[in-house]
Amino acid sequence: MLKKLLPFVEHAIKKPVWDCRMCGQCVLHSTGMTCPMTCPKTLRNGPCGGVRENGNCEVIPDMQCVWAKAYDRKVSLPMPTVWKEHFNELRPPVDMRLQGSSSWINLLTKRDQQTPAGWSTTDGDH
Amino acid sequence: MSVMREKLENTNETVFTAEFPSIDGGGMAKVEKSAARLAPWFDAVNATDNPAAHAHASNTSSAIAMKMHGLEPIMQIVCRDKNRLAIQADMMGAALHGIENISLLTGDDVTAGDEPETRRVFDIDSTQAINIARILTTGTYLSGRKINPAPDFYISAVENPAAPPFDYRIERALKKYRAGAKYLQLQICYHPDRLEKFCAGVAKIAPDLKLIPTIVLVKSAKPLGFMNDKVPGIDIPLDTINRVSAASDQADEAYKLTLELAKHALSLPAVRGLHVTDFRHDDSLDSFMYDLGQKPRN
Ligand code: SF4
Repeated sequence: MLKKLLPFVEHAIKKPVWDCRMCGQCVLHSTGMTCPMTCPKTLRNGPCGGVRENGNCEVIPDMQCVWAKAYDRKVSLPMPTVWKEHFNELRPPVDMRLQGSSSWINLLTKRDQQTPAGWSTTDGDH
Repeated sequence: MSVMREKLENTNETVFTAEFPSIDGGGMAKVEKSAARLAPWFDAVNATDNPAAHAHASNTSSAIAMKMHGLEPIMQIVCRDKNRLAIQADMMGAALHGIENISLLTGDDVTAGDEPETRRVFDIDSTQAINIARILTTGTYLSGRKINPAPDFYISAVENPAAPPFDYRIERALKKYRAGAKYLQLQICYHPDRLEKFCAGVAKIAPDLKLIPTIVLVKSAKPLGFMNDKVPGIDIPLDTINRVSAASDQADEAYKLTLELAKHALSLPAVRGLHVTDFRHDDSLDSFMYDLGQKPRN
């Protein structure tokens, strides 16, 4: 029951503020509270090379680049230090099976931390 | 061992790479012609992957064709057109044909191309793709399935030193290095001050990461204006465009500008070479290389 209801509640709360796309594996805390899934290229590890001179998006010229915004916020907003430290971590590929599910549940069950068996990083963070 | 790896890892020599023209019609005869022009000067050439979101002969097939003509390819893979399965297949296809240099890029958006109605893929991003290439070299696919023996890639990527957010670009270079990139080819940059800051920043936080800035040979102010207006992520100061457009001999002034930018780029920390894109298609490529102190190799 909760599993059915929570995605609606989560979306209702996160959509208006962050334009949440319900990827089911929320990384907002580590991306300057800016949702990387609103980047037209859904880039989770930083900006593409097409950011315009005024900081706007290559694809949507009247929108600020999601990563330009994220970086500004990371630098200027008061946030827990560990969130800022996580900004540059290598975030793994999105698990498409989680699309539409509640990231809150996936966080509690740690489902959102599961990566493919071959995934490893040289960071040692995760 | 690839020449790129040998030179960048085991020597202090400056490397020169070039953009190989996209292949459409004309078959191998056309490839041969481009190869003959570039072979005397370059250590390796980029086999692009649907650049500017226009379809051409594929990255892998182009890379093989370049190899057949005695050039060392740097095979690009962009994240726009292929999901993670297809990208790993590209990488293993490269390995099958003895292509060691692979370069992972985000890719221009489909709206930059001539088929803007295309579906975007972006299943993974460029940094994830770099990391996946590195994972393959450890002997497994992303799934964990074993590869024996593991492919041996010399991995690189691309970064734009002159697009916002500037400070973040330096951190992102480090991120790409940690994911597995040994060198970065840099996007065209007409802001020497920005390039300087980027290179100094990278030299400080990622001292082993090598940088290869890009230089474009143009004949007049027109292509500068085009790049400034049409290519996302490239900004050219108005003064620079005016300097060329106001000159009595635009071709000569454009050449001088390019040479200045090239010499400046080569003087910067972390820079180990230059990537050359030739839009002039005249004899200036040879003069340019001579003016940089190079001699033809064969
Ligand atoms: S400019 Fe920014 S928001 Fe737009 S596609 Fe590139 S990274 Fe995404």
